[in-house]
Formats: sequence, C-alpha cells, structure tokens
Amino acid sequence: MADSGATAQPKPSSSVKLVLLGEAAVGKSSLVMRFVNNDFQENKEPTIGAAFLTQKCNLPTRTIKFEIWDTAGQERFASLAPMYYRNAQAALVVYDITKPSSLIKAQHWVAELQRQASPGIVIALVGNKYDLASPSSGDSAEDADAAPAAEGENPEEEEGADARRVPTKTAKAYADEESLLFFETSAKTGMNVAEVFTAIANAIPETSLKGPRGVGGQTNLGRQEDNRVNLVGGRTEGPKEGCAC
Amino acid sequence: MDGTGNAEPAGLGATQETTPSSTPLKRDNIEQQDFVNPTINIIQSLSRRTSVSGLSAISREGTPPPLPPRPKTLTFLGSRPSTSHSMAPPTRPRMVSTATTQISYTDTQVYNDESIEESASSSTSRTKNYFGLNISRNASDMDDSVSVKSFAPTLGGVGDAESMLGEVLGDHEKSLLKSLGHRFSDKESESLFLPNPELEDAFEHEFDEVEDMKADGSNEEAVMLQWRAKLKHFLILSSAGKPIYSRHGDDQLITNYIGVVQTIISFYQGANDVLRSFTAGDVRFVVMTKGPLNLVAITRLPESNAQLRAQLDALYMQILSTLTLPSMERMFANRASYDLRRPLQGTETLLSALADGFTRGSPSTLLSAIECLKLRKSYRHTINTTFLKTRSENLLYGLIVASGKLVSVVRPKKHSLHPGDLHLIFNMLFEAGSVKAGGGENWIPLCLPGFNNTGYLYMYVSFLDLENPTEQIQERPRSREAEGDEVAILLISASKEGFFELRGMRGDLVEQLQKNGSIDRIRTAVKQGRPSCTDIVPGSPLRHFLYKSRGNVQFTMPGFDAYFKSPIERRRLMDLYHQLHAHLHTKPTHLKILHETCTMNISLAWSTPLFELYAVAPNSTSRAALAQAANKIIQWVRKEEERVFIIGGAVF
Ligand SMILES: Nc1nc2c(ncn2[C@@H]2O[C@H](COP(=O)(O)OP(=O)(O)OP(=O)(O)O)[C@@H](O)[C@H]2O)c(=O)[nH]1
Ligand SMILES: [Mg+2]
Repeated sequence: MADSGATAQPKPSSSVKLVLLGEAAVGKSSLVMRFVNNDFQENKEPTIGAAFLTQKCNLPTRTIKFEIWDTAGQERFASLAPMYYRNAQAALVVYDITKPSSLIKAQHWVAELQRQASPGIVIALVGNKYDLASPSSGDSAEDADAAPAAEGENPEEEEGADARRVPTKTAKAYADEESLLFFETSAKTGMNVAEVFTAIANAIPETSLKGPRGVGGQTNLGRQEDNRVNLVGGRTEGPKEGCAC
Repeated sequence: MDGTGNAEPAGLGATQETTPSSTPLKRDNIEQQDFVNPTINIIQSLSRRTSVSGLSAISREGTPPPLPPRPKTLTFLGSRPSTSHSMAPPTRPRMVSTATTQISYTDTQVYNDESIEESASSSTSRTKNYFGLNISRNASDMDDSVSVKSFAPTLGGVGDAESMLGEVLGDHEKSLLKSLGHRFSDKESESLFLPNPELEDAFEHEFDEVEDMKADGSNEEAVMLQWRAKLKHFLILSSAGKPIYSRHGDDQLITNYIGVVQTIISFYQGANDVLRSFTAGDVRFVVMTKGPLNLVAITRLPESNAQLRAQLDALYMQILSTLTLPSMERMFANRASYDLRRPLQGTETLLSALADGFTRGSPSTLLSAIECLKLRKSYRHTINTTFLKTRSENLLYGLIVASGKLVSVVRPKKHSLHPGDLHLIFNMLFEAGSVKAGGGENWIPLCLPGFNNTGYLYMYVSFLDLENPTEQIQERPRSREAEGDEVAILLISASKEGFFELRGMRGDLVEQLQKNGSIDRIRTAVKQGRPSCTDIVPGSPLRHFLYKSRGNVQFTMPGFDAYFKSPIERRRLMDLYHQLHAHLHTKPTHLKILHETCTMNISLAWSTPLFELYAVAPNSTSRAALAQAANKIIQWVRKEEERVFIIGGAVF
C-alpha cells in the first residue's frame, strides 16, 4: 500500500500532514525510511533538526499523500517541535519497547499534543524495535493490533535475549485510555510499519481532508520560544530581522 | 559603511591584465628572494601593525569568555566576495567574533596591483618606493579588505604564534630521514616518502574504536595500549574538569587522563600563567582555553602549535554552532560543574568527523580557505544570475555545494561567509552521515559562529539527484556512485518559519538551472574531478600542490589520486604541507620562499601577499625545475582564476 503512487487512477487524493515525535534513538527516522524507501540502516545517526519527506499511500477509495516531518528527538530540539506539530493532522509518537523511559517521554508528547495541537489530530502510539523482543514476551495474548510476527519475519533469532522492557499490555492500556491508535513495529524487519500509516490514513476524518498546504504560517508559538531558539531579534515576523544585519 | 564597496570584479580583471608579464620569475632568483624581495618588507610591516590585534586576541585566550560579537556590523568574510581587489567594508575593529578573529594580517593580505608585481616579479625597479608606497597602500587595503579578513580567522592564529615548533619538527624529520636515507634511496621513483612502518601501522588503526573496558578490568592493559597508540587525541573538558568530549575512549578510560590534564592546566592557571603547549617525548600537547572550556590536542604527527590551535578552534566553533555562546555561558554561569554533554548529545559525530578530518589531513583547515568547483566563468555567472532571480525574500545565504566544493554563493552585500562556518556546514553534510543519509529535505537550526555566535539560523538542505534534478531525492543511493557526486542546495535564513518558502525557492531554482543547462554543466564538472598536475602543466614534475589565493580565501589543488591514493600517502603529503606551512608562518622569519629537500622528495613553499603555494616533486627534480614548475602553476592559476575561484559571487 505504500507504493510510490505510480498507479495513476484518478482517485481523489489528499494530503495529510504527519509528524513523528519521540525520544532520541527510538527509531523515528528508521520507521520513516522503512515506509518511504523500504530500507533500514543499522547505525543511523541522530537527526539534526528535522527532515521533511513525502510518501503516497493508496487506499481503496482514495490516495493519501503524507507530508512527513521526522523530528529530532534530542532535548535541545524540543522547543522547535510546536512548529512541526501545530498544523499536523496526524502524529506518530514513538517509543522503544526496550526502554521504559522512552514510553514516559512518549506520554509527555501525547499530553502536549492533546493540549496544543489541532483538536482533531489523530495520534498513533508506536512501540518500535519489536525485533529485539523474544516472540513470547510482551504478554502478547491480548495485543490484537500488534499482530505477533506477521508474515515471515521472526524477530531476530537471538532467542533468550529478550530485551523487551515495556510490556505490550501496559502501553496498550495507556493507548486505549487516551484513544490512541496503537502498534508495535520493527523498522528493522518492516513489521507493521505500513500498517501504522494505513491505519492513520483511514482514521483521518474525511472532513479534514482538504490538503491545505504549507505548515508555515500564522500559529504563534510564542511561549515555546526559549533559549534554544533565540534568534537574534526574538520573534520571526519581519523579513529582515533576526539575521543580525 | 560597509557596502562601500566595490564588489565589482572589475578591479580584479584589471589586476590580471597587468600581471602576466610580470609573473615569471627566473628560477635562479627564487632563493634570493627570501631576503631581497621587497614583499618581505611588506609583510613585515604589515605584521607589525597587526600585531596589536594579534596580541589582544592572544591574551583573550586565557581570560574570560569573549563577549559575543556584536553582530551589527559583522561582515564576514567575503571570500568570494568580492574581489580580490577592493572590498569595502568597515574597519577592523568591528570584525570580530572572537572565536575566529585572531589572524595575522599577513594571512589575509589582499590583492593589489603593486604587490602582485612585487611579489611575482623580482623586478627591482620598485625597491625604492616600497616603503612609503606600501604603507599607504596597506592602510587603504586594510579598510578595503576587512571582509576578507574577517574570514581568515578561524584559524586562530595560524601564522601568528607559530612558535618554533615548526622548525624543530622539520629538522627532526630531516635528520631522521637522512639517517634512514641510504637504505631507501633507490626507490625514489615510486613514493615520495620513506617507508615508515610504525606510522603506517598506527595510522591504519587510528580510526578503529578502542575496545570497551571489561567490568573486571581484565583487558585494561590492551585497552590502554590501543588508546595510547592513537596518533591523535582531542579532549574537551570544562574548566571544572568535567569531561565533555574525547575522540577516543570512553569515560572510564579517559578519566585519569582528564584528571592529569586538568591538574596541569590549573597548576598553570594558579600561577597566573596560561599553559599553551608542551612536548613530552614525541608527543605534543596544545591546550586552548575558551571561556569555560579547555580544549586539548595531543598529537604525534608533525603539526605546529598554530595548526593545532586552528583545529581546536574548529571544534570550539562546532560547540558554539550547537549551543550559541550566550547559552553555553549561561549553562556554566548557573553551575560551574554543569555537564555539557547533555546539551551536546548527538553532536559527538560532528565533532569526531571534524577531528578525523584533521587526522586524515585537511587542506581546507590548514590553509583556512575554501575550495571551489572549477567551472567556466560564464557558466558560473549563469548560475549566479539564476540564484539571484529566484531568491526568496527571507534568504540570507544560498549555496550550491558539490561534495565539499563550492559551486555558487548568493549573499547580501554586507555579509560574506566565514570559511570556518562553511567548514562546519560541509562537515555536517558531507563527512558526518546523518543529514546525507536521511533522505528527504532537511531543516536544520544552527549557529554560524563566524557570522554571529549569539543566535541561530535555519538551513534548508536538499541533495540533488543530478540525473533527475527536479525530483526530490527520497532515496539516496549510497553505494551506487562514488561519494563525491553529491550536490546539495543550501538555503539559509534567519526565519525559523522559512522552510516552505525556501523549499519553494529551491524548486524554482532547480527548475531554472535545469532549463538553462547549468545542471548539466555542474554534472560534467563534478564528474571531471580535479585535474592532475600534468593536465595543468604538461610534463610538470610536480606530484601535487596547494595554491591559496589570499584575497579570495580560496584554494585550489590537483587530485590526490594519481600519486596519493591511499589515506596514509595523503596523510604523509599533508604532513609535508603542514611542515612547510609552519615554516612559512613562523613568526620571526616570514620566509617568502622555502625549499626543502629530503631523500625522497623536494618541496617548495612560496608566500606572497597574493598567494601561498606549496608544491612537491620527486627528489630527482632539480631546484630550478621545481621553481619553474611552480611558476607555471602560478601562471595557470592566473589564467584560470575566474574558473577555479569564485570571485565576487552573487550579491544582493
Ligand atoms: N533492532 C532495531 N533497531 C532499530 C529499529 N529502528 C531503529 N533502530 C536503530 O536504532 C537507532 C536509532 O534509530 P533512528 O531511526 O536514528 O532513531 P530516531 O528516533 O530517528 O533518533 P533521533 O533522530 O535522534 O531522534 C539506529 O541505530 C537504528 O538502526 C528497529 O526496529 N529494530
Ligand atoms: Mg531521527
């Protein structure tokens, strides 16, 4: 479903702005790379700032063009996040199933989105690096969504080495409570990656599909502006200022 | 007051016309020029006048953090800016930016007709008036050249406080070679360097990771050995002694060393004496204090203090680029023991990419200059014009870069670009993998400390698929083509919200460049690569050279591949260049021409107010032939000047 949209039926098409948030090194860029290029890199370096990518997703009745902001997870970029999520229709909040602190961070992001992003935003909570868990771990009995090892991929053969630290149950319960979509994925094997995006595409209410362009704009992130971002002149309204001219 | 300028290359053109005839230098004269030629005096008088600023720069080093440069009138480096001939910005004191300012004036001398003649020809007719003449010219040049100047600095003090190290090392090396020489002298036709198995071995493992220490300490000795075998270390610690960065080894491993280094530094500080460098055996330590940071370089390669300082300066600029100076100072102001690792998290790869570049040997850092993609003048002009036509409102700088070589720059009249800043950007894009490998377009907040170390700018980055330029690259084939084919469009703005605006500009720009054939031309030039010495001068005995145009703050060189294929061969070539460079910049002498001969090679370093040239040939080459070859290079550069360098660039 995530092909590059070469199939040219005049299906209605609309664009969806999506942002990825989550602690550093949980695999945001890897998920995007899997989704967009169907590729994976073992030692991916941290994202600096943010990367913008697009990818089409063909649904039976329409084509969705994702405009994706893959943000950097490192603390020092945190204050830029509002710029990326404020007009987003969907957010993928990622944690690493081997790292409990990353779920906590994810919960903070969810809370921030609920407070500050546009009200209708569709949020998916994604536990990545499923391949590092051993097949039996995670109390997988009840994770309907997190489809245990779908077709063909077996979470890395190193049995015994179960690195999972976040039970599926825990995360799923939280997601349900907050009405989030929930998946466990592996960018490495590709498991569930396309599914996440398809589910998001399906969850976007028709009404909000119009595809306005350009995130740049009016919203004002005033208070988020902290030391990190101090442009010389403070805010960024005048074309000229800020550049130390 | 800055724009007074005349950025028109016309001046340059004129320069060129007048010079060719004066160029050739009779080979025999070369050596005499050391002492006789008037330019030397020029240099000396210049350096005297700058010594003032030099001094203050130096003394600043040991004192509290320099105040953030007040951006107001910062004029950068107009490298390309304009013109070698006259550029006009403000006066000295304004250019500032500490991190980058200490330069010896000689490093940045500007073009001017007189000096061209004086330096390039040994015409004696001028000798008489040089004094008065030059002084007054210099004064005016000085004003004119500020932007150039503010450029050079990065290299903090290259040429400035060179110390005697260069000498010492040079001699050492020479005698070493001599002592070994007889054994190898028959092989001279192959390599330019005597085999040095120890160095080769160390170099081969230089970039390997040091093993982790086992919990039970059982491999401690092996780990220490690996660590000590490194040719080069960079350590950064806070003035409270907290580790911030180390190129090799984890915390546990380096703690002891950090402790020792810290103790030594504070000992000197306690004595009110700032420690700058010392030597222990064949290992050289250089310490640089920048506000709350101590940066340490430890090397077994032949590099001078000034050269090592330039490298430390670049690391420091990288840290500022991440944090900005005021915010870093704030962190330490609250708590002297602040752990800077946290805010720097994720930038280790950038620091290490810089450090490894220095260890491999970086002509750009050595010369404090930038390399451009060689393109016909009219081609570059078309690109520049297109850039200007498609420029969007909030654009500050626009750059097209092909694998670390600048293709075109667009910039506001009053700001030029600092080579140190460019180096940071190139390092991020082409050496460290993160941006390149990520796919898509990027929006990167960064501080360009040479421009303004107090705030962030935002950089739009898009890599071009030259075969298919209007498509956004999503998938960047990493293995398919040799590295080096990568062309990036960089659009820098002060507007945080500028991404989509600049993205739109990128679209227009690429479309136009495609239409007017520029993309094809860039592709051809990229594919062509650097010429070889014999492409440049048929029959030239030279194996390699570096030519730096001081006025343009740019350099050009032939490809390494012909004779210096392996990294170690390149490193050894760079060692040679470092030694020549150190000699040339040793303060008291200001040599103008220097010859070095050793068993395997003969080399030359030649400095004039216009350029620096370093060249190397096999030992079988006579001095005369070497000098002649050097002259031919100068002629070639003069002829090709507007192709190998960006002169002026697109200014708005
Ligand atoms: N085993 C495994 N490793 C993964 C997976 N996804 C990512 N990684 C690895 O985790 C590391 C971090 O991945 P990134 O995609 O760079 O993480 P990120 O969230 O984009 O990190 P920032 O850009 O710093 O915020 C890399 O070394 C990846 O190779 C996965 O599904 N399984
Ligand atoms: Mg990332």
